[in-house]
Amino acid sequence: MGIAIKMPALSPTMEEGTLAKWLVKEGDDVRSGDILAEIETDKATMEFEAVDEGKIGKILIAEGSEGVKVGTVIAEMAGEGGEAAAPAPAPKEEAPKAEAAPDAPKKAESGTSKLASEAKATVQDPDLPEGTEFVKTTVREALRDAMAEEMRKDERVFVMGEEVAEYQGAYKVTQGLLEEFGAKRVIDTPITEYGFAGIGTGAAMGGLRPVIEFMTFNFAMQAIDHIINSAAKTNYMSGGQMRCPIVFRGPNGAASRVGAQHSQNYGPWYAAVPGLIVIAPYDAADAKGLLKAAIRSTDPVVFLENELLYGRSFDVPKVDDYVLPIGKARIMRPGKDVTLVSYSIGVGLALDAAATLAEEGIDAEVIDLRTLRPLDTATVLESLKKTNRLVVVEEGWPTCSIASEIAAVVMEQGFDDLDAPVLRVTNEDVPLPYAANLEKAALIDAARVVEAAKKVTYNK
Amino acid sequence: MAKPTTPRASSAKVKAPVPAGADHNRPRPETPTDYKASKDELLEFYRQMVLIRRFEEKAGQLYGLGFIGGFCHLYIGQEAVAVGIQSALKPGKDSVITGYRDHGHMLAYGIDPKVIMAELTGREAGISRGKGGSMHMFSVEHKFYGGHGIVGAQVSLGAGLGFAHKYNGDGGVCVAYFGDGAANQGQVYESFNMAELWKLPIIFVIENNQYAMGTSVNRASSEDQLYRRGESFRIPGLQVDGMDVLAVRGATEEALKWVQEGNGPILLEMKTYRYRGHSMSDPAKYRSREEVQAMRDKSDPIEGVKKYLIEAGISEDEIKVIDQDIRKIVAEAADFAETSPEPEAHELYTDVLVEQY
Repeated sequence: MGIAIKMPALSPTMEEGTLAKWLVKEGDDVRSGDILAEIETDKATMEFEAVDEGKIGKILIAEGSEGVKVGTVIAEMAGEGGEAAAPAPAPKEEAPKAEAAPDAPKKAESGTSKLASEAKATVQDPDLPEGTEFVKTTVREALRDAMAEEMRKDERVFVMGEEVAEYQGAYKVTQGLLEEFGAKRVIDTPITEYGFAGIGTGAAMGGLRPVIEFMTFNFAMQAIDHIINSAAKTNYMSGGQMRCPIVFRGPNGAASRVGAQHSQNYGPWYAAVPGLIVIAPYDAADAKGLLKAAIRSTDPVVFLENELLYGRSFDVPKVDDYVLPIGKARIMRPGKDVTLVSYSIGVGLALDAAATLAEEGIDAEVIDLRTLRPLDTATVLESLKKTNRLVVVEEGWPTCSIASEIAAVVMEQGFDDLDAPVLRVTNEDVPLPYAANLEKAALIDAARVVEAAKKVTYNK
Repeated sequence: MAKPTTPRASSAKVKAPVPAGADHNRPRPETPTDYKASKDELLEFYRQMVLIRRFEEKAGQLYGLGFIGGFCHLYIGQEAVAVGIQSALKPGKDSVITGYRDHGHMLAYGIDPKVIMAELTGREAGISRGKGGSMHMFSVEHKFYGGHGIVGAQVSLGAGLGFAHKYNGDGGVCVAYFGDGAANQGQVYESFNMAELWKLPIIFVIENNQYAMGTSVNRASSEDQLYRRGESFRIPGLQVDGMDVLAVRGATEEALKWVQEGNGPILLEMKTYRYRGHSMSDPAKYRSREEVQAMRDKSDPIEGVKKYLIEAGISEDEIKVIDQDIRKIVAEAADFAETSPEPEAHELYTDVLVEQY
């Protein structure tokens, strides 16, 4: 029996992929390091190298097959000096596609899998006209479309960052922009966040409309001086004379199994700074409409995306110029018993929790803040008037969080409407650990939201 | 102690000396020659430098009287740098950005002394409506982009202004000034790299006044010949006598030529000296009184121009007329700054954001 060649996982979150192309055929001799195949995920195309030496036996998964689960045996190889595995007939019952091989190693499940949700808003944007057509779009595509549309409209808009051009975006968000707009407007930078954040800010002061991509917001720590001291304060310090219309965007929050330095939510950090606009959308429609608004804004905007949301699909309205108002929260699900307030990836968990609560007769209203600064406290307080109970759901630390801020606002302005203390469902107050079980324990999930909602509704 | 600087060739153009370790085959700018100023230009240099000197002296007085608060960094001693460089630029076309020692650059760009002084006293009529203060002043109209309080930030921001010039194809050049202290900041080198990589039209000017607050260049810089700091990025550097306005202007002409020909950035190290403390709260313990006095006696930039004026046949009386004129302008600016009203209380909340959300 030869060696089984299995579908590789090319990233911690990859569960399946497309076997785009075989670069070897049955009977070929391969050495370790030879490229066997090209594997595609929604993020990237990667080459799959041989680890062992030998002769390719049977190819079990044809090229072009989609949805091949990680760990599936895709080919067999004769071991060193051995005979090619007999081109044995594949077991009859086996449909060699999209089935995890039974002997696939047990994969440690990332704690971020708890953050996964397919939940969608149960109500439509009331501003959309009746009969609006919707197109299923990933968050990733929606962001790209927003940039492309604004770049077509306004020559001053350009995109700059690490790997945004020739690599097509570290997370493929800028895919295709270089081809359409050229190297003048889609600019790869060296790995120098402080420098290119400053260059972007200076270009905005000089009258351009930069979109600065950080590969993740973790790296924007290197550049936070320019975001805060240069971009956010200039209009005020100049007595309203000097504008800084810039967008800093990129993924924010926990990613899967990348450890403490690559996993944190900067929403509360930036939302603390006067002079900045901070946006953190959940679904694809909001990502598109708000990024377009951000690019058009004359103020500096921090636009916080989420890597775990990039690949999720949502309905995006098919209208010519879909721009949403900055600073307006959105009711994702109306309800009357308890208000769940969240933003970014937390919204999916709040919606999931609301669905579970509904089964138990608790009718939860879910609010997506969408913009963290300025905060739409009116929508939150209005909802509280109806439900009298409030839980804030935040994929981030509890201390000095958006959740704390909402709790303070509700105390100050909605005290008489409260029938229970405001509860915060947040990540644990620790750096995010690597070990799968600890990561899982550190992050929020829908069950914790359900528990908190029951507590404030005295159902426990 | 401005050390002897790059020997200045008087007539024939020669290539600037190549620092050790540099690539000899790369094209290099010419060694600059002293600018041949007309009589009118000399008078204008003198007028502007005296304006800066008297303005800063007045600002120092007003600080002592409590009219000016916070940090206040005076430009006294360095006047030839801003005046020499900016006389070669076109306001409204070429952009300028600097750090917190910014009064002199603004005056040299023709910005009204009254609104600058009123900003120092925190008045509504100040150029930033009293909300910026000494370190944070801007004039978009003049393409003067500040006035930045974070050491070194203006270098990256300046590269961004250069980027915008290139993107817009407007033919403008950015001049980004920074001190010998800022020259050790990391972002300076990130910006050097990208500016050269993308051939941005920018002149980096290190105003080496010998002390970063109280730390001398030699105590802070492993390579204290700061004009070499761009070499590993292929940015040529020139060391210039920053106490001589004609040398400064001559070097600027050469730098502008280099940048405008599309060669990318250039670095000018201006050897200069500040007579006053780093800010108004300087203990002055890190250098001797004799050292300061020697600079004033031997290398004062204004006395230098005066000598050129006399050589050009301008009489002492004509010079005195300018001096009196400047005293009047500065007195009026101070009077304006002391008597103008403070900002209205509601201004606290304006200009945080441009738009309503």
